[in-house]
Amino acid sequence: MIWKVVKQIAKTGIRSEAAPDIGADEAAQAARIQQELLDILGQALTIREVDTGSCNGCELEINALGNPYYNLEGLGIKFVASPRHADLLLVTGPVSRNMETALKRTYDATPEPKLVVAVGDCACDGGIFGESYATRGRVSNVIPVDEVIPGCPPPPLEILRGILKAVRRRVA
Amino acid sequence: MRIPGLDLEFEALPAPVPIWYAQVIPEQWEAAAIAVREEGGRLLALWAGPVGQADNSQADNGQVPPPSMCAAYVTLEGAFWLSLPLAPLAQIGRPLVYPDLAGVFPAAARMQRAAADLSGVHALGAADLRPWLNHGAWPADHFPLQQNPDKLPPVAATELVNYPFVHVDGDGVHEIAVGPVHAGIIEPGHFRFSIVGEKVLRLEQRLGYTHKGTEQRMTQLAPLQAARLAGRVSGDSTVAYAWAYCMALESACQTTIPERAAWLRALMLERERIANHLGDLGAMGNDAAFAFGLAQFSRLREDWLRASKTVFGHRLMMDCIVPGGVNSDIDRAQRDLLMQQCDAVEPEVRTLFNIYEAHAGLQDRFMTAGRVTPALASQLGLTGLAGRASSQAWDLRCDHPFVPYNSMEVAMATHHNGDVAARVQVRFDEVFESLRLIRRMLDEMPAGDVLCPVVLPQQPTRGAGWVEGWRGELFVALELGGADQANRIQRCHLHDPSWQNWPVLEHAIMGNIVPDFPLINKSFNLSYSGQDL
Repeated sequence: MIWKVVKQIAKTGIRSEAAPDIGADEAAQAARIQQELLDILGQALTIREVDTGSCNGCELEINALGNPYYNLEGLGIKFVASPRHADLLLVTGPVSRNMETALKRTYDATPEPKLVVAVGDCACDGGIFGESYATRGRVSNVIPVDEVIPGCPPPPLEILRGILKAVRRRVA
Repeated sequence: MRIPGLDLEFEALPAPVPIWYAQVIPEQWEAAAIAVREEGGRLLALWAGPVGQADNSQADNGQVPPPSMCAAYVTLEGAFWLSLPLAPLAQIGRPLVYPDLAGVFPAAARMQRAAADLSGVHALGAADLRPWLNHGAWPADHFPLQQNPDKLPPVAATELVNYPFVHVDGDGVHEIAVGPVHAGIIEPGHFRFSIVGEKVLRLEQRLGYTHKGTEQRMTQLAPLQAARLAGRVSGDSTVAYAWAYCMALESACQTTIPERAAWLRALMLERERIANHLGDLGAMGNDAAFAFGLAQFSRLREDWLRASKTVFGHRLMMDCIVPGGVNSDIDRAQRDLLMQQCDAVEPEVRTLFNIYEAHAGLQDRFMTAGRVTPALASQLGLTGLAGRASSQAWDLRCDHPFVPYNSMEVAMATHHNGDVAARVQVRFDEVFESLRLIRRMLDEMPAGDVLCPVVLPQQPTRGAGWVEGWRGELFVALELGGADQANRIQRCHLHDPSWQNWPVLEHAIMGNIVPDFPLINKSFNLSYSGQDL
């Protein structure tokens, strides 16, 4: 049994790819990102994801960030279960009125200094759903937003790039 | 097409699958449900049709259809859509009512509550009258689907109301409240567990958190543009929804799409099925503390999505299916790439299947967890993939095969244990079968056009779409205005199989321990967005 598992791991090898370029020089990108995170936070960057009404397309791509190709934890980034443990909120969806209170409470529960990144067209500008009796539209209509990542849904690399940009802005 | 004991005139809707339409009178409404139940049929969907729109200038010229309540059923013959015209208001303030169906089909209960929230129509005699989608965020007397889409009134935001959960009393019973913001990267919903020690006595779900007015938005969009919105009802099923909506629109417009377009749609549908199954198989391994499974399957899924991006231009294949066909053809090199990917993925999944199968620790978590017996599944109307894992042998691709499935003899994957292990097994079987189907499609796909014009009709019409998505069957009912109404969408109901399956999850968890809930929940992997609309 365990032999089969080990064999499959060996056969698969390491599939992780280089971290995305965020406009700085390419060299030692991953190491520098990690160092920057440590300088700012003194620890790994912790993220709480909040779906406030998305179609779940964005969730699929955020989940994909956890696959071996993107090596998220290797960069010093991890998703946590509670906003109280989080440095950054990753928010998706046109904020539904049924989720508005939950989003505000999640924001309030996140300790300062906190970052908010809006993921996907709906979170950026309301998307195809817009504003209605049921939605408040863009996330910034409800809580302050530091960085937006457009796309429907944005691919994992774009999401990672947006997260890194939000963190860099804080350090700069 | 007929329902035993009822004399109904059915009109066949032009669609690749057998769908009939008929109007019923109040006495036939419940009788039809009972007759279907006795035939071994199922409730496919229940929704309120167009309800007379307040302050509508068209209301005077007789163009607005009378308010109606609709139900769709499935028997071995196909699907049939029944429409019950509702009597005009007897007196001011009296709501529109129709007979309750929850006693015949328990799955109807939440659909009826949603119809009450959105359209202001009420099931007479229903036991559960709590609001479902309206959490208090908009006034209780505002019915969004009664509004004229051109003149939507501003709606004041109101305070959320406390939901009266069913309370379980007893020695040592306590509650665990979870959500709407969950611990993982998943959609929002609230679960209220009543437990003793670690054992779950009862689970009550409260959904509707992602309600974003999808069906009202549908009525504001032009029919040809609305496919984009249909593809965003549930992102994991974007291909299936886009196809179901386009099928409904093409049915309403009497359009037959080119054969090659149907083959390409099916190719995408099977690729979507595999992508989701790969993701779920990994996630279920992970929920049973087997991180190796997640790493391996998520890697395969990423390869799969990247190929979709290369060939179809989008990782999830969003907006690739359009009214009249598909937005682009595939060439020889792309065909070869997809074929090679099947060849590469199949042995890997086979290896992982053998590992899952032989892993005692994993099987110990999978087997007997979250069991839904075939009898319970049949009683509650469990459908789709989860239904097939509990002996509910329905698969649209086998029951009513249309182009291109009619030439492929799709093998249905079923299991009788109804536990997590059975749902894992059905997913593996469906991955292998879909790989076979994709290979045949790539080999045998006819040449020709991939897009044809869709001409919107002069007269008001209706159409329906019915597609076997990866989670189960999707149903779209479309009522289209005539040319003098700018072919406006009067009503478009998009039905997700999650409506049927969420209530069954409440039963599946009973008697299991709390730590097994994430695993059991994942084994169903139901859509919040698809149900909340």
